[in-house]
Amino acid sequence: MAKLAAVVGIGQTHYKTRRGDVSIAGLVREAAVNALEDAGLGWDDIEAVIIGKAPDMFEGVVMPEIYLSDALGCNGKPMLRVHTAGSVGGSTALVAASHVQSGMFKRVLTVTYEKQSESNAMWALSTPQPFSAHLNAGAGGYFAPIIREYMRRSGAPYDVGIKVAVKDRLHGARNPLAHLRLPNITAKEVEDSMMLWDPIRFLEACPSSDGACAMVIAAEDLVGQSPKAPAWIRGVAMRSEPTMYAGREEVNPQAGRDCAADVYRQAGITDPRRDLDCAEVYVPFSWYEPMWLENLGFAPQGEGWKLTMAGATSLDEGGDIPWNCSGGVLSSNPIGASGMIRFAEAARQVRGDAGAHQVEGAKLALGHAYGGGAQFFAMWVVGANKP
Amino acid sequence: MVQPDVLSQPFELGFTYTRSTGPVVGRFLTGLRQRRIFGVRASDGRVIVPPAEYDPHTAAALDDFVEVGQEGEIVSWCWVAQPRAAHPMQRPFAWAMIRLDGADIPMIHCIAAASPDELATGARVRAVWADEPRGFITDIRCFELVGKAGASPAPATGEDAGELEPVDRIETPIYLHYHFTAGSAPARFLTRIKQGVLTGQRCPRCANVYIPPRGSCPACGVPTQEEVVLPDKATVQSFTVVAIPIPNNPIKPPFVVANLVLDGANISFIHLMSECENADVHIGQRVQAVWKPADEWTYAMDNIRYFKPIDEPDVPVDKIGKLPITGLEG
Amino acid sequence: MKEIAVVAFSQSDCLAQAGAANEVELIMPQLQAVFAQVGLNNAQDVDFVCSGSCDYLQGAAFAFVSGVDALGAVPPIKESHVEMDAAWALYEAMLKIRMGHAESALVYGFAKASSGELPIVLSQQLDPYYLAPLWVDSVSLAAMQARLLLEQGLVTQHSMAEVVVRARRNALDNPHAQLHSETSLEALLAEEYFVSPLRPSDCAPVADGAAAMIVCTVEKARQWGVPYARITGIDHRIETHNLGMRNLTDSVSTRQAAEAAGALGGVVEVAEIYAPFSHQEIILSRALGLGDETRVNPSGGVMAGNLMMASGLSRVGEVFRRIAAGEIGRGVAHATSGPCLQHNLVAVLESA
Repeated sequence: MAKLAAVVGIGQTHYKTRRGDVSIAGLVREAAVNALEDAGLGWDDIEAVIIGKAPDMFEGVVMPEIYLSDALGCNGKPMLRVHTAGSVGGSTALVAASHVQSGMFKRVLTVTYEKQSESNAMWALSTPQPFSAHLNAGAGGYFAPIIREYMRRSGAPYDVGIKVAVKDRLHGARNPLAHLRLPNITAKEVEDSMMLWDPIRFLEACPSSDGACAMVIAAEDLVGQSPKAPAWIRGVAMRSEPTMYAGREEVNPQAGRDCAADVYRQAGITDPRRDLDCAEVYVPFSWYEPMWLENLGFAPQGEGWKLTMAGATSLDEGGDIPWNCSGGVLSSNPIGASGMIRFAEAARQVRGDAGAHQVEGAKLALGHAYGGGAQFFAMWVVGANKP
Repeated sequence: MVQPDVLSQPFELGFTYTRSTGPVVGRFLTGLRQRRIFGVRASDGRVIVPPAEYDPHTAAALDDFVEVGQEGEIVSWCWVAQPRAAHPMQRPFAWAMIRLDGADIPMIHCIAAASPDELATGARVRAVWADEPRGFITDIRCFELVGKAGASPAPATGEDAGELEPVDRIETPIYLHYHFTAGSAPARFLTRIKQGVLTGQRCPRCANVYIPPRGSCPACGVPTQEEVVLPDKATVQSFTVVAIPIPNNPIKPPFVVANLVLDGANISFIHLMSECENADVHIGQRVQAVWKPADEWTYAMDNIRYFKPIDEPDVPVDKIGKLPITGLEG
Repeated sequence: MKEIAVVAFSQSDCLAQAGAANEVELIMPQLQAVFAQVGLNNAQDVDFVCSGSCDYLQGAAFAFVSGVDALGAVPPIKESHVEMDAAWALYEAMLKIRMGHAESALVYGFAKASSGELPIVLSQQLDPYYLAPLWVDSVSLAAMQARLLLEQGLVTQHSMAEVVVRARRNALDNPHAQLHSETSLEALLAEEYFVSPLRPSDCAPVADGAAAMIVCTVEKARQWGVPYARITGIDHRIETHNLGMRNLTDSVSTRQAAEAAGALGGVVEVAEIYAPFSHQEIILSRALGLGDETRVNPSGGVMAGNLMMASGLSRVGEVFRRIAAGEIGRGVAHATSGPCLQHNLVAVLESA
């Protein structure tokens, strides 16, 4: 059996287009220091450090974790670097948790980051290689046809994505750390924004951010040493499938469904919409909210968009199952950290420490990340109550 | 089975990164621009050059800057008889760990010398400055042995102080060179497409046909060998209209990038669509390849310029990706 | 704590240039081999998969994603990846088993390092402001480390060459070795310097290839009925990235990891050490506290062929093979990462 573990400290940076005031180490360090302060701990209290980020080409530093060892107080300790594409923020949190859940460590620090302003993510994701087609128009170009197929089969109205784009930005306006803070955003503004990869408009896509997110995860017997309420880890799951295979369900990937079923089983969740109080789900393009509502079992097939349109996922509309109260990936997207931000924001909710975007009385929350061609999934469920 | 050509091609992976330096690195680089060298005092009192942002032992943030000398001694060194293209010097030179006067921790930089016989651990060296320092580590062009000929002009110190903005951002070009090899299965595919033939591979376990083939069935995890020649007619599985340019690609937006499944294949690939109104493109639409002239064919999917709509009935959605080689009518 | 067993291992030949093979084509034969050793079909028959690779070695982002195509990951599997040598993927897999979320795991590592100019690619591991822009290559850093050892009398050119002679001789018995021969000290010492004080023979040859391993609980190993070795200890530690702050003549992090892994308390019959440069084997042997009773790198070690991102896992695999074959009862495996041995992992393996 896995040993009990809980999040006892969370630290984030401000998310911005460019954090021109810090080095790479300085950015990562800021989140780590914030997490330690939140946990009431110092560097010596940490036994191991687990780092995650997306491809090294974003910053052009090969295996940058070894350069970050000084900034993160790793020296003399174990340090591990996770890379599972866009899901890496979530996977890194899970690998960090496994250090404690295995019984091998009592308290670890985990940090993820991206400093996208150092380069150009589109370039780094589309580096042309000989002998391969050069039509990869970044992540949006990849996901747009999948969204189109969802629209076709669900018959969802054209403005579902617009509604999500507005909703998550209004959520983001409550979050002082969010990159995009647009309290006055309107549906018309989203609709009128440039169509980048039809059907994805500019304001329906995530920004490109600099930022870092960190957490301290502790074993049951050390949880009490940190002053704030813990977020108990109630379930952890990862799933992967190939990018392409014959008959692959790209709109509603089986890896996502299986991963959700696994994490719900561990957490004793039978009806996610009813049992969970909120969710932080990786939605980099607005239409992924209705798609993931179905994939994660919050709505029947083809009906995810109905929850969105009814305001069920909106904090501002008093929805019963608010999604991405922090503003989500649509409001802040330092790629390598984006998954961990979901995990950390889920934890903030059940700690009752989410400030202006707190879901009142939240006791159980889902953190979700995906990556690659929507093929790598990482999820956890955190709770206010010890299992 | 056609014997494939081994396909290997050089390519450059490169970008000029824009690095924000933060206050510590920035202070050092600002000093370099004034031909001055700063270190930082660590928690144990030792002076680290270039300044470390964080103490390696205590993890404390460091900011107690100390100016150090422009001369120092060699702690260790090696001799590069055959410089690499990326190296800062293209004639034989030394890398060295150099402890500058006033510093405790050695820094790594290069030393210009005529031969390794001139070098020794403990020898004195001094910084040689670039003609126009700009706030980059190469403002110290190299070090040279003290007392050797070719002495550099005496370093100016601090003359510009206060007149220039501090360095907080640097441009770092990182261009690496690789030889990319296509892989056995892709090489077979590309060898045939150079002849204008589309060749997929069938999985021995699940019988699905993959194109372009990658040498394995991703679903079954088994190697694929059997080759299947496919026609150049396809069905639109889905698509997007792209309104922004693709890096390193001359195609002008807006253009249609479609996920297409060839007749007889069970997997889509992406390609351009043209000879159509973007607004008329739809899922299930039938298309056919428009090839470049045969004398332009090479080892590339680009031998197909694009796909264009053809006058055939749409394919029902549940049949996309399941058509036989003979197409819908077959 | 749950005991973990190694039940299968395979590595490819160390090839200076793997020719046409792409990553999937490099990995697949090794996966097929370890599945066959246990009698499994594909990754569906284990509970977890973890791999190690580095995008920059091939010059393509997401090199590991294509690796998934070799697994048979339909239906989806529990899978993860470290941007490190696969020895650390093994470490992650052990955490997963120990927390009770898996009974068995497949671990693999791969690289096609010949695609790029490895010492220059690795220069970009260094501090991105002070060192990477100078393109200080990995061989030169090791050469400065070697000179420190030489001038402090901790090694001699002779003792460095002895490491190479022994490695190449041992590699005569290793069918996957890239360099294997009877060589004389005189012949090696007569070589021109490469980056002095290192000669070409002091540097491990870079190889393309892959390695794979299956680990599981001891109960599962018994159930499968295959010979196994127990991993009785494993630990890894990192040191400062500031080379000037480190004592480069020692490997402090190896000492720390060895002590925490329990490597020091008992006879070490075989030690497989990941030392890409001859003098580093001497540093590491001392840090591991090895004496005359230990056979160091009977496979030839990475001096016989260095599979980037897999050599660390291969060291564990080599010790496993000897235990599973009944040749030895206890051995130590070591993996390294980063310039001049910055990060080190030590595993202790014992017979069932």
